[in-house]
Amino acid sequence: MLQFSFWDILSNLLIATQWTIVLSLIAFFCGGIVGLVLLFMRTSRIAPLAWFTKIYIEFFQGTPLLMQLFLFFFGIALFGVEVSPWTAATLALTFWTSAFLTEIWRGCVESIPKGQWEASSSLALSYIEQMRYVILPQASRIAIAPTVGFSVQVIKGTALASIIGFVELTKAGTMLNNATFRPFLVYSLVALIYFCLCFPLSWWAKKIEGRLNVAR
Amino acid sequence: MSYKLQFAELLPYWNVLLQGLVFTIVLTVVSTVAGIAVGTAGASARTFGPAWLGRVVAVYVELIRNTPFIVQLFFIFFGLPALGLKLSETTAAFLAMVINLGAYSTEIIRAGIEAVPKGHIEAGLSLAMTKWEVLRRIVLNQAFRKIYPALSSQIIIVMLGSAVVSQISAEDLTYAANFIASRNFRNFEVYLLVALAYLVLAILTRAALRALGRVIFKAR
Amino acid sequence: MSLVSIRDVRKSFGANEVLKGVSLDIAKGDVVAIIGRSGSGKSTLLRCINGLETYQSGSITADGIEVAGANTNLRELRRHVGMVFQQFNLFPHLTAAENVMLAPTVVNKVSKAEARATAAEVLAKVGLSEKMDAYPSELSGGQQQRVAIARSLAMRPKVLLCDEITSALDPELVNEVLRVVEQLAREGMTLILVTHEMRFARDVGTKLVFMHHGKVHEEGVPKEVFAAPRTPELQQFVGQVG
Ligand SMILES: Nc1ncnc2c1ncn2[C@@H]1O[C@H](COP(=O)(O)OP(=O)(O)OP(=O)(O)O)[C@@H](O)[C@H]1O
Ligand SMILES: [Mg+2]
Repeated sequence: MLQFSFWDILSNLLIATQWTIVLSLIAFFCGGIVGLVLLFMRTSRIAPLAWFTKIYIEFFQGTPLLMQLFLFFFGIALFGVEVSPWTAATLALTFWTSAFLTEIWRGCVESIPKGQWEASSSLALSYIEQMRYVILPQASRIAIAPTVGFSVQVIKGTALASIIGFVELTKAGTMLNNATFRPFLVYSLVALIYFCLCFPLSWWAKKIEGRLNVAR
Repeated sequence: MSYKLQFAELLPYWNVLLQGLVFTIVLTVVSTVAGIAVGTAGASARTFGPAWLGRVVAVYVELIRNTPFIVQLFFIFFGLPALGLKLSETTAAFLAMVINLGAYSTEIIRAGIEAVPKGHIEAGLSLAMTKWEVLRRIVLNQAFRKIYPALSSQIIIVMLGSAVVSQISAEDLTYAANFIASRNFRNFEVYLLVALAYLVLAILTRAALRALGRVIFKAR
Repeated sequence: MSLVSIRDVRKSFGANEVLKGVSLDIAKGDVVAIIGRSGSGKSTLLRCINGLETYQSGSITADGIEVAGANTNLRELRRHVGMVFQQFNLFPHLTAAENVMLAPTVVNKVSKAEARATAAEVLAKVGLSEKMDAYPSELSGGQQQRVAIARSLAMRPKVLLCDEITSALDPELVNEVLRVVEQLAREGMTLILVTHEMRFARDVGTKLVFMHHGKVHEEGVPKEVFAAPRTPELQQFVGQVG
């Protein structure tokens, strides 16, 4: 039987960590783009768009991420398309992320005083122009801290992709555990690596938030 | 799409789903109560306890908040037996949930405590209340009022996160879904139904917590 | 033909009818001062004119455009109807010049250089040439309100709506803003002002409108109306504030 040294375990975990990072980045950036589109829809005065977005958000915030992964994994297969864990994980995490980011950003948009909307309306700016030139530049300053904070949730969320067979850090941990029978060591290391990824972001988010509060 | 959704094939399994649902609800309720107790103790220790204890609590909170729940669960279920602590699936699931919510609520409640004006504590103490009475009647009372909405959303997040306990074969709602899918291969139908069950559960929980909040905090 | 024509406008917030059939005609070059008690519907009327509020019945046309028409292009309307607010509502992330340049560049697609020239001109007009690159937070209330006026002027509006634009200012800053408005009036700008400055209304206004309980209760030439109010409500109001 193959013998795994501590360094073998660690290096295997670190290799898998790359996939955790890649998946997190894709989910975060794609989720951010979808979230921005949804934000425009959610805050627009066109009722059907706002309603659609509301239901979308309710669904992705009100069901377990794990269920969403399953639904994408088995749902796409219904169309006769072969789905890789990659595709299902990317899609599910993107949509899940977008729902949360939309809600976070909506809070920031709504914290901008009504007078800013009225003044820009009175200057004949259209809704998109108001958002682009007046509201979002102000809202984005407040949004940085909670957005960075949420990126931690995205990284942790990618761990669930292991369940549909995507080999990232958690899945690698399970595989190494099955091969080495050293669960305490393996899962301690897995947890430690996640901590090293997430803690700096948490810390940074808190720091930005503190600075914003002082500035006010 | 040539595939036809067939929800009728789920009917024979209604009791499995019901059992899973009950498990998930009990798991959520118990870990909410215990988790908030842990959180209250943790937050009090961080703000009023000795420095060393505060640091221990801080490490606990940051460790939990910066690692995925599934890893915490695996660590408890698979890792701890290596130290001689063997837990059943169910116990491990409950323990992991309490530890997880405990950390988040520590942080939430601490923010609430810190928002209580110092003057209120001094006022309480100068009314000859003991430190304990001040903590309970003045500080925590106000803190909970303030953080109740944040705590409510965290409870729902944790409830949804509990789907992961199926991965150590704790028999929750998701476990029931996996079980049924492995029997009738109607994966999509099962998961869609169960996802909607979670959605309803989340909406009801939110409504229940709001109603509860009105009862608890009605005096004002 | 009147520049702004208001015909029997009714407006309710829920069950609360705030405008109960208001009619007014405002010609080019008019300086209309609207006075009245708090809650009499002055702001609401003003906000209906540029479509910030909708109304249930009646009609308003501004520069020939029906405000609440089914196919009304509010954007086109607002290009010609400027508004200045009590709370200034400057965009805090933009400098004074950028505040002024925003609408011309975005809405009228004017080049940056041209917009900057316009900004320099209108800021000079309100006496703030040297504050072009200051952020709103670096300006006093009076200066901020003057930037807000300049911001509206940059769109070359045909009418300027002003809602109690000196009410949020410290007393010593009120005059610098009123002087700017007076200057605009002298240049022939059509102005509709909601104001509590009775002396200003009398001296600068060409028309006085007294609103009471959602109606135009009395209107006329300011000096005459102030000298001899016909209704007891206006007599009482003038007695209180003047
Ligand atoms: N957005 C709104 N929703 C509900 N009611 C409103 C709204 N805006 C104004 N009102 C009500 O309409 C009435 C008229 O308000 P308006 O602001 O037009 O009065 P005003 O004459 O400008 O008073 P003030 O001198 O205090 O500014 C008031 O009773 C007010 O409460
Ligand atoms: Mg008003």
